[in-house]
Amino acid sequence: MPAPGPPLLELAGVNVSFDGFLALKNLNLQLAAGELRAVIGPNGAGKTTFLDVITGKVRPQAGDVRFCGRSLLGRNEHQIARLGVGRKFQSPRVFERLSVQENLALAVSAPKTPMGLLRRHLTGAQRQRIHHLLEVINLAPRAHDRAGSLSHGQKQWLEIGMLVVQAPQLLLVDEPVAGLSDAETERTADLLKSLAGNHTVLVIEHDMEFIRRLQTRVTVLHQGQVLCEGSMEQVQTDPRVVEVYLGAGQEQQS
Amino acid sequence: MSLLLESLFNGAAIGSVLLIAALGLAIVFGLMGVINLAHGELMMLGAYTTYVVQSFFKLPLLEPLFGAYIFVAVAVAFLVGGLVGLLLERSVIRRLYGRPLETLLATWGVSLILQQFVRTVPLAWSTGLWLAAMVGLVGPLVMNRLWGPGQRPWLLRLGNWVVAVAVGVATAGWIRGAMPKLARASARNVDVTAPRWLRGGLDLGDWTLPIPRLMIIGLTILAVLAVYWFLNRSLWGLRIRAVTQNRAMSDCLGIPTQTVDALTFAVGSGLAGVAGVAVSLLGSVGPNVGGDYIVGCFMVVVLGGVGNLWGAVVASAGIGVLTDVIGAGRLLEIWPQMPAWLQQGVEFFATTSMARVLIFALIVLVLQVRPAGLFPQRGRMAEV
Amino acid sequence: MADTRPRWQPVLLGVVGLALVVALPSLVSPFRLNLLGRYLSLAIVALGIDLIWGYTGLLSLGQGIFFALGGYGAAMYLQLNCHSCSRAAGGLPEFFGLYGVQQLPWFWEPFHSPWFTLVAIWLVPAVVAGLLGFLVFRNRIKGVYFSILTQAALLVFFNFFNGQQKLINGTNGLKTDLTRLLGQMVGSDAMQRNLFWLTALLALLAWLLCRQLVRGRFGHALLAIRDDEARLRCLGYNPTPFKTMVFALAGGLAGISGALYTVQSGIVSPQFMAAPFSIEMVIWVAVGGRGTLWGAMAGALVINMAKSLVSEAWPQTWLFIQGGLFLLVVTTLQGGVVGWWQEGGPRQLLARLGRRPRLSTYPALELGTRQEGEN
Repeated sequence: MPAPGPPLLELAGVNVSFDGFLALKNLNLQLAAGELRAVIGPNGAGKTTFLDVITGKVRPQAGDVRFCGRSLLGRNEHQIARLGVGRKFQSPRVFERLSVQENLALAVSAPKTPMGLLRRHLTGAQRQRIHHLLEVINLAPRAHDRAGSLSHGQKQWLEIGMLVVQAPQLLLVDEPVAGLSDAETERTADLLKSLAGNHTVLVIEHDMEFIRRLQTRVTVLHQGQVLCEGSMEQVQTDPRVVEVYLGAGQEQQS
Repeated sequence: MSLLLESLFNGAAIGSVLLIAALGLAIVFGLMGVINLAHGELMMLGAYTTYVVQSFFKLPLLEPLFGAYIFVAVAVAFLVGGLVGLLLERSVIRRLYGRPLETLLATWGVSLILQQFVRTVPLAWSTGLWLAAMVGLVGPLVMNRLWGPGQRPWLLRLGNWVVAVAVGVATAGWIRGAMPKLARASARNVDVTAPRWLRGGLDLGDWTLPIPRLMIIGLTILAVLAVYWFLNRSLWGLRIRAVTQNRAMSDCLGIPTQTVDALTFAVGSGLAGVAGVAVSLLGSVGPNVGGDYIVGCFMVVVLGGVGNLWGAVVASAGIGVLTDVIGAGRLLEIWPQMPAWLQQGVEFFATTSMARVLIFALIVLVLQVRPAGLFPQRGRMAEV
Repeated sequence: MADTRPRWQPVLLGVVGLALVVALPSLVSPFRLNLLGRYLSLAIVALGIDLIWGYTGLLSLGQGIFFALGGYGAAMYLQLNCHSCSRAAGGLPEFFGLYGVQQLPWFWEPFHSPWFTLVAIWLVPAVVAGLLGFLVFRNRIKGVYFSILTQAALLVFFNFFNGQQKLINGTNGLKTDLTRLLGQMVGSDAMQRNLFWLTALLALLAWLLCRQLVRGRFGHALLAIRDDEARLRCLGYNPTPFKTMVFALAGGLAGISGALYTVQSGIVSPQFMAAPFSIEMVIWVAVGGRGTLWGAMAGALVINMAKSLVSEAWPQTWLFIQGGLFLLVVTTLQGGVVGWWQEGGPRQLLARLGRRPRLSTYPALELGTRQEGEN
């Protein structure tokens, strides 16, 4: 399934430690352009830290993160975002005091500078994108409601919408279906699948049904390292994965 | 050589006042994340406590012990600060956890009220009020000790407070008669008379060390050691640290987190009271005395890194020495042949207030390199 | 949304307000008018505080710096251009003679020019604020650290101005009421009336400017910085220029406010940079209602009027009232009075007092209309 050519995102030998605790140990991972990749792993496997490293929130002690051939190390979060890396957070983080439409407008605006926001109005194309996205995420009737008044699932969708409307090359999606109903989960999976190809998508999720539905390559993280990689079927039958998830030893439970 | 020593001593003297004032703040801010703008006013209460205690020791009965009043004052000031802090935490701060900016504003309101309180309420009545509150709060503890823990009948509880109020009123009335100076409220500053052994200086060859300064340095060292012991060696210190690191888990382990909050705040406030004793030795005591120290305290905490006792020690020592070096224009003495333009610059900053200007600029520069202070907290919990 | 409100309401308010401002000088005594003018100028600094605190979430306790800088700018110009005042040697303002200063300090020179002064009054505070803000925000210093640093900066400026007698008359400050502006004595009733109108006009303009800023996406970005800065960064925004710009803007507004306040109170002194005054400014915004421009302005006006009335009647009690007001607002009325009103506070109060709100039809419908009202 991975497309040929140079990888869009490449993590090489990344080490992150918090006060001596190694959250990521010599992590290597490659993502091809247009790929949809799922990352799973038990709690504490370092999934969120892994995203923090890509988006620049956490600086690794060793190793390199390259995106489109450029190193991301030493860049700030907003610079990395402007290079084309978008992120949806684990628990939905939308701007609750703003309306749904205003949230999306902030995400779609360019250039994202004070003067850019003050001088230029949204272009027709940008407005079109917002309208389109409102339809896709099913929030068109609530476009003018405060984001804080949305349900949990709707907030998840709004955040995915903000991510998409931002038009990044790489979408990092952290637990998109946590707290969603089955029907919503299905639609989210379809949405993410439809995005792959034009975008590169990396999904972190606990929900195995959802991952299976994505029908894509899966990477298993464990204790800050890549445990194995392959299709869902391959991964599920891998004895190491079974051991980690079902807990052959008590100490691995944590 | 003696120049260096003198500078070091002066620096230590300035720094120790800063440190003892900042110590309580460092605890409250570092452990609870609460900005207490009324800290300076708690110091002011401590300073007034010194004045009241000193007045007691001027009575004929206690006159012979006058030399020792300062130690009594330290203990009482700690209790005064602690009690006010406890009430403050119970009534206001508790509602505002997790909202530091609001806490900051609320405590500012408290500081206004405390200042005006001192201006309008005679010290005799304040003393009575404090005594009544102490008796009322200690009463149940005594009863617990006598008859074991448990809820007392309402009559007993009421009786406890009746006794407390009676004690307070009686004391206030007696003070009005015995110490007329305390009977009337006044916005004017008062002066604390230091005992004879605390006056003058200690002669060491060429130069003399002022004894009040030495006393403050000693008091500060004691206070730092006591805080260190309390936080790192005592049971309640352990609980406090546990709550700081993980409140939810501490709750689950049966640590009474609300009591811990109240205790932490009370201890921090009590230390402000002790700092007030130190301040009363340096100059006259008035309702505004706290405001002179509060910003310096915050600088110490910010520069040292939040939640770090040694950071506060190093930061206050550094600020102290720098204040002396800049404020007294010592660079001129060390390097008399400096170029004229530099000399002008040094002279321009050679006053206490201008030294503050330069030191603030330096602090902002340091924060450019180390945004979280000299000794930052690390780890995942540290907010970026 | 704002559009659901009837159109005639703002128009009516505007007309009434205009009529009031025009007619006020003939309705109240010059003394009261002067006080009102001063408080109106304080409403401008409150607007700035609302922008930086209410909208952006950065509590500045150092607005007094910029307020005083504006005031000093205006006072320096007036002192230099006072032709009838008594003079020290070399035609310098009188106070220089007391300290034996022979030559005008260099930074006084440009204040001979009225045009320079008009620009400097807001530009100097804005630049100082921008610079300070940039150094602080660049390092992601925010929250209480920002508040403490601004307060420390305030103390530094206070010490500087208080200590430099030979440069700016130190603790005595600069007097303006006996100087002349456009041929009239600044302290005269006629001049004060004009200044009142000028203040009202500038307050209106400042309000319009702020409203324009907070309504669009710029304002939304500010709210986003306040509520979740890290999230905004991941959308590709760098919050630093936003914060720096808003802080500079608040500084500029404070400068204008300070200049207007100075010419109406007749003096500028380092006391403008005393820590309590800057925190008081925050109280006005907190009580009026942060995050609403009206609330900030009304808070500044009403509290100051209350202060002068209460202090005239019972001088001892004002600090108690102020402190208590502050505690009340911070602990229970977080949105201030305006915020409380907008969120249906009066209705809830009535309900608590035992008067049930009358339900017109069904509870669900009632709920629906209330939500509309909130927006």
